[in-house]
Amino acid sequence: MTPFVALLAAACASAGSRPAPAGAPAPASDATSRRAAAETSSVNRPQYPSTYVRHPSPPVLITNATIMTATGKEIPRASILISEGRIVALGADLGVSIPADAIRVDGTGKFVTPGIIDVHSHLGVYAAPGTEAEADGNEMTSPVTAEVWAEHSFWPQDPQIPLAIAGGVTTIEALPGSGNLIGGRSAVLKLIPARTVQAMKFPGARYGLKMACGENPKRVYGRRSQFPSTRMGNMAGYRGAFILAEQYRRKWDKWNEDHRGDPPERNLRLETLAEALRGNVYVQNHCYRADEMAQMLDLAREFGFTIRAFHHAVEAYKVADLLAQAGTAAVVWADWYGFKEEAMDGIHENAALLEQAGARVTLHSDDPGGIQRLNQEAAKAMYAGQRAGIAITRDQALRWLTANPAWVLGLDSLIGTLEPGKMADVVLWSGDPFSVYTKTLQVYNDGRLIYDRGDPAHQPRSDFELGQEPPPGGDR
Amino acid sequence: MIAGVLLAQTIAIIGGTVYPVSGPKLEHATVLIRDGRIAAVGTGVSVPADAVRIDATGAWVTPGLIDGAGQMGLTEIAAVPGTNDAGVKNDTVAAAFNVAEGINPASTLIPITRIEGITTTLAVPESGLVRGQAVLIDLDGPTVEAMLVKSPAAMVAELSEHTKEAGGGSRAGAAARLRQVLDDALEYGRRKADWARAQIHPLAAAAPDLAALQPVLRGELPLIVIANRRSDIETALRIAREYRLKLVLAGAGEAWEIAPAIARAGVPVLVEPLDNIPSYDALGIRYENAALLAKGGVTIALLETDTHNARNLRQQAGNAVSYGLTWDQALRAVTLSPAEIFGVAGRYGSLEPGKVANVVVWSGDPFEFSTRVAHVLIRGREIPLRSRQTELLERYRTLPPTY
Repeated sequence: MTPFVALLAAACASAGSRPAPAGAPAPASDATSRRAAAETSSVNRPQYPSTYVRHPSPPVLITNATIMTATGKEIPRASILISEGRIVALGADLGVSIPADAIRVDGTGKFVTPGIIDVHSHLGVYAAPGTEAEADGNEMTSPVTAEVWAEHSFWPQDPQIPLAIAGGVTTIEALPGSGNLIGGRSAVLKLIPARTVQAMKFPGARYGLKMACGENPKRVYGRRSQFPSTRMGNMAGYRGAFILAEQYRRKWDKWNEDHRGDPPERNLRLETLAEALRGNVYVQNHCYRADEMAQMLDLAREFGFTIRAFHHAVEAYKVADLLAQAGTAAVVWADWYGFKEEAMDGIHENAALLEQAGARVTLHSDDPGGIQRLNQEAAKAMYAGQRAGIAITRDQALRWLTANPAWVLGLDSLIGTLEPGKMADVVLWSGDPFSVYTKTLQVYNDGRLIYDRGDPAHQPRSDFELGQEPPPGGDR
Repeated sequence: MIAGVLLAQTIAIIGGTVYPVSGPKLEHATVLIRDGRIAAVGTGVSVPADAVRIDATGAWVTPGLIDGAGQMGLTEIAAVPGTNDAGVKNDTVAAAFNVAEGINPASTLIPITRIEGITTTLAVPESGLVRGQAVLIDLDGPTVEAMLVKSPAAMVAELSEHTKEAGGGSRAGAAARLRQVLDDALEYGRRKADWARAQIHPLAAAAPDLAALQPVLRGELPLIVIANRRSDIETALRIAREYRLKLVLAGAGEAWEIAPAIARAGVPVLVEPLDNIPSYDALGIRYENAALLAKGGVTIALLETDTHNARNLRQQAGNAVSYGLTWDQALRAVTLSPAEIFGVAGRYGSLEPGKVANVVVWSGDPFEFSTRVAHVLIRGREIPLRSRQTELLERYRTLPPTY
């Protein structure tokens, strides 16, 4: 697909080396709970807890900018004050006193948006430089590997991380690949430079469970003459796994209730699936074809869980009404299609048609290049909709990158919009974020200036790059 | 070459801001097209009474964009091998392989691409140390013959981590292998009669491949060398110097590091602006590559290498501007510069009388996402703005669909 460079843009989606997950449901208000899902699972002991701490930073006041809140407002000549990791106030008139130590940033002619959230990334698990040694995203040794956790593969020194930060991304969901029916747990991470993945883990975020429909799992195992080799085999595979998970859940729920006798035997695979059944882990489901999404919605009904989102979902527009009804989000690209048969029917208007039908729309990258310009993907999808006569607003298109992916992760009460009290994940843009000529100028993550295009002191570089890649603007 | 035009027709695109590329932009200008060629461009052009008029008031008019990359017509579904015809396997020196007869004029990718203003693409062979011959095609026409602009437009080779196996696993080995092939092609060219009588030492490649390299060795046919690591680019420059080849670099992730040397050699570069993911083949790859090369005096053409989304050449160009190219340079790098590099600037790449009428009318800046394509003309034929994707949209615009 890409003759001139080593890395294929669509490698992940096409080769099935990198899959997407699906999510189990829970009301958005659950996000206010800071309990990590893992800590509520069968076994009462700490499991790889987040060690994230907010970096102490001075207050910041951005003045005279156009502020796009992702709550329906685009406010010209407005200011925003952030302090101690929170948004304090924003608007044409802040109505609060400005701390004396606040750093003032002139936003004249510039735009401010919430930090971008990519719910489908393989950063860290398929790290650059793209060697076999760094391919840690797909445990393709069994079609159901709910027991693996993406965070145990994640390499914080992936040089793609600073590139994504420079694109305005503040939170990602790093997922296992799509080679398996059930690929494992996702990691929801603050996108910051860190020594360990634990220091990036979003406090309180629920895990996702990656599931995959269609071509990838049946190809991976079918070619080995193993199960599954067909789409009906795929369905039987999910059902078999959840039947076992139901029994496991019943045993543990009973024991947790009465503590009679020895605790049941612990099974890591079934533990994660049981958490999905309980609604504590969100099912994030890689699924391209409309008819397969309908099958997966039935599967979820059979076992009483909810699919939080269909990822890739190139045919979601064909069943937009079904998705709206089920409350399952559609996580899509602006224009990818054709790299495999189940991706043949992708169209530019997918996001707009979904929005029109009342479904919850999110754009994702699934790609280390695309994650750096998700604002451009939103622009493409928004204008394609408008050209087709679908009245997509700028706020709706911004929500495809912010508020809606926050919901997909169950974090919408904390991030995804610019509102007082929300986490100060803020991007300052050189102009309209829907213009091809606009770039990020500054990125704040939890109130910390994590990237500044004008200041090399705020342009993080991974260990990998040192002495190997010329610094920005530099020479060898 | 204008086999696709059945009717003698005069078309006048009136009132737009015209970007001829070969000269400064013209406000409220007319582009007059007759029989598939541009007849006149200017503000004082008189429009014949029988001309079909296209009102371009408030719109921008440019040449059709040219993407010097990809496998248009050679691939339908990347993961379905039966639909892919871009490469010959098990042949590391496939100079005689010309992709033209593998091109499917009925590919659904062609309408999807052209209705977004890309009218001409290079169909590039895949895989091998010497991959074969690329051809330039217009994205309209019932047959390959009708689509061809130039065949071959270039010979394509690759010096990278992907082709070093052709040299036994070493980059030096691959370079040596390429030199052996070129040496033997020279020898074959001089001693064809001896070869026919089998009175010549064993040659480093098959005779048809050595024959196909003759125009490359005469400096007539460009040799595109895909190379990304600086040292691989330098190897390509060295070999081109030794054999006096008309070299074109492609990919060229680290080319910005040696822009002056590339400029001195007079070698143009085909570069994909939105390429910055480091690999061991290009640790220094960065968004500013195109701009730094242009600043260093190198002729560049911009690429979108993803065949299915060749339409994103516009986005590539816009981003190249964001990272330092001027807007005028970017437009030239997707029109006249690729036409020059592929040897068709006499017919393509600008809006000038006598040139093939590949013309696009845009609602605004062609590189902006907000811009809509209003009209596309290929060889003077107005292209219906329909594709498989627009048909899917119409079918599913309201649910449930009517089958």
